[in-house]
Amino acid sequence: MYVYNEHDQKIIEERVAQFRGQTDRYLAGEIAEDEFLPLRLQNGLYIQRLAPMLRIAVPYGLLNSKQFRKLAHIARTYDKGYCHITTRQNIQFNWPQLEEVPDILAELAEVQMHAVQTSGNCIRNTTSDQFAGVAQDELEDPRPWCEIIRQWSTFHPEFAFLPRKFKIAVCGTKGDRAAIQVHDIGLQIVKNDDGEMGFKVLVGGGLGRTPVIGSVIREFLPKEHLLTYLDAILRVYNRHGNRANKYKARIKILVRAWKPDVFAHEVEAEWDNIKETPASLTDEEINRVKSFFTAPDYQPVDDNDAEKELTKLSGEHLAFSKWLQRNITAHRVPGYAAVTLSLKPTGVAPGDITDQQLDAVADLADQYSLGEIRTTHNQNLVLADVKKSDLFELWQKAKAGGFATPNIGTLTDMICCPGGDFCSLANAKSIPVAEALQRKFDDMDYVYDLGDLSLNISGCMNACGHHHVGNIGVLGVDKKGEEFYQVQLGGSSDSDTTLGKVLGPSFGREEMPEVIEKILNVYIENRQGDELFLDTYRRIGLNPFKESVYAKDH
Amino acid sequence: MPKIIKDGKVIDDSWVIIEKDFSGELPRAKVLLPMQYWLDNKDTLNLMCAGLWLDSDEDVDTIGLEANQFPLIAVNFPTFADGRGFSIGRLLKERYEFTGQLRAIGSATRDQLFYLKRCGFDSFDLKEGIDLEAAAASLNDFSVTYQTSVDKPEPLFRRS
Ligand code: SF4
Repeated sequence: MYVYNEHDQKIIEERVAQFRGQTDRYLAGEIAEDEFLPLRLQNGLYIQRLAPMLRIAVPYGLLNSKQFRKLAHIARTYDKGYCHITTRQNIQFNWPQLEEVPDILAELAEVQMHAVQTSGNCIRNTTSDQFAGVAQDELEDPRPWCEIIRQWSTFHPEFAFLPRKFKIAVCGTKGDRAAIQVHDIGLQIVKNDDGEMGFKVLVGGGLGRTPVIGSVIREFLPKEHLLTYLDAILRVYNRHGNRANKYKARIKILVRAWKPDVFAHEVEAEWDNIKETPASLTDEEINRVKSFFTAPDYQPVDDNDAEKELTKLSGEHLAFSKWLQRNITAHRVPGYAAVTLSLKPTGVAPGDITDQQLDAVADLADQYSLGEIRTTHNQNLVLADVKKSDLFELWQKAKAGGFATPNIGTLTDMICCPGGDFCSLANAKSIPVAEALQRKFDDMDYVYDLGDLSLNISGCMNACGHHHVGNIGVLGVDKKGEEFYQVQLGGSSDSDTTLGKVLGPSFGREEMPEVIEKILNVYIENRQGDELFLDTYRRIGLNPFKESVYAKDH
Repeated sequence: MPKIIKDGKVIDDSWVIIEKDFSGELPRAKVLLPMQYWLDNKDTLNLMCAGLWLDSDEDVDTIGLEANQFPLIAVNFPTFADGRGFSIGRLLKERYEFTGQLRAIGSATRDQLFYLKRCGFDSFDLKEGIDLEAAAASLNDFSVTYQTSVDKPEPLFRRS
């Protein structure tokens, strides 16, 4: 993974000093509340319903064990002993004290971490595929490009006060595991006819109150021009985005209003002015950053032997075989596998992890996965480089640690935002809904029989729980001060990103388990062969679900 | 006399900002003309003692290469959250090769000074009540930067 040089380190340390000064001035009454707001936001600090919330950046979801132990330490020392993995691969602490935040940031800087631009109207953390670098279907590792973007966007002097927040995602595969179609800018690594690597550029995607799939504005951007092209997009947006109405301020609204081809034209015109400047990337710099992401020293593992052993162990341990089926992803190197640690056991808020678990995962990473850990936008963790011959041992330890629930990609692997329990923007709570559903559907055989199925819950239309792209999406709504839940069906976040359709009138919280059960029954009754929920839905449409759910009881 | 920060120091300043809806005779002073006023009166104006100011929603491309007629151009930040002025600054300096004094006026805050400086601003007329001596320190919040900008024509990876 990328290792800071003295410049990177200096920048982060100076940031801590800057924010310490700002916090002191704020506490001394020298900075007005509204002026402090963007300062603290750009350092990840929200004031939430119950306490401040600190969002820490995990650039493209990559961490090492030392950083994990630091997070455990912070959870213990400054918080209530746990933290939360967000749907943008970041980490949130729910109970820090404002006065202590500069100290927390100083601790993070010691392990090359920060909370820079994790909130506010600026360029946010760049996200990527949790299997970057090990995926079998990858054209090129997206992480060096994410790091290049991280550095470019960090304290970009021109774009710190944009009309609204700005999110970039990069993927290096044909299938999209980074949700690039629902980001302000989505970049897909592609090869042109001459075999050169570059980027397909999408803009104007996003969820939130106006969900939109991004538009391609350039089929092929030569790689050396990445940063100047981003500069051009951001400049057009900074100059022309709506600043009067925050609900119309995202870039997607501008792209829609202008039409994508007009927007593309404006970007190209701006880019013409700046592309042949020193801001364009050099091979030297690209190679420097890439050198941090070269393949590690994989040891030879006999794939056949390892597979045989796994088959044998699976026969002896049913739970292990389920885990192998659900929580293991193929690796590009024979004899290796990527393991997803589930943070979705029943009874725990999806994505929450305790200080002890953080330490335990750090140990597992050191022992089995080259000391690295990834966070996923599904709010789980990945150990990406595990020898197949170690899987059984790892599974036993993961089970003891409480993160071997074999439910990845199933109904109970829900994505869920913090919702009304923590978030001051919420219309409704989301965690209790997730919990009620997990309790209702605790029969794992039933869940396996349903197969791949995503259920995403957001506590309001800001859509942090990505409900629009869940096969089943649940959205908290407020009706005359009471919490209700709207259900959407048919969303998908794969390469064919699709936005779900609203089923009908919303439900009370206690009705939700039954509503979801009815929906699942319609699927079970109608599916053909191995058909997945999404495919059945696409074949039969919304109506059968509607009829079943809203049928009057006799 | 009003004080501003210029080139990192607190100094007296005598430029008078002319409001957008101004009509009548200009005062006998160093005046900052609103952009539209200048456009409307271009042919008859004596620019001897005039600078120009534009608002965040005005189009800097309209000034373009004529920028260098002015010793000073000011950019208004109607609120500190309105970041259009950062782009305006860079465009004036980088694209339109403006060599005069570039000033931030309006609601820009101390904590934006570093970014403003990077975008080509060299003088700052901050809101009243701000301790300018202390604020000037924020011009140097960082000693290293990644990107190119007006103050650093080369990105970190090209600097030696
Ligand atoms: S979706 Fe709404 S309730 Fe949930 S975290 Fe985001 S803003 Fe808060």
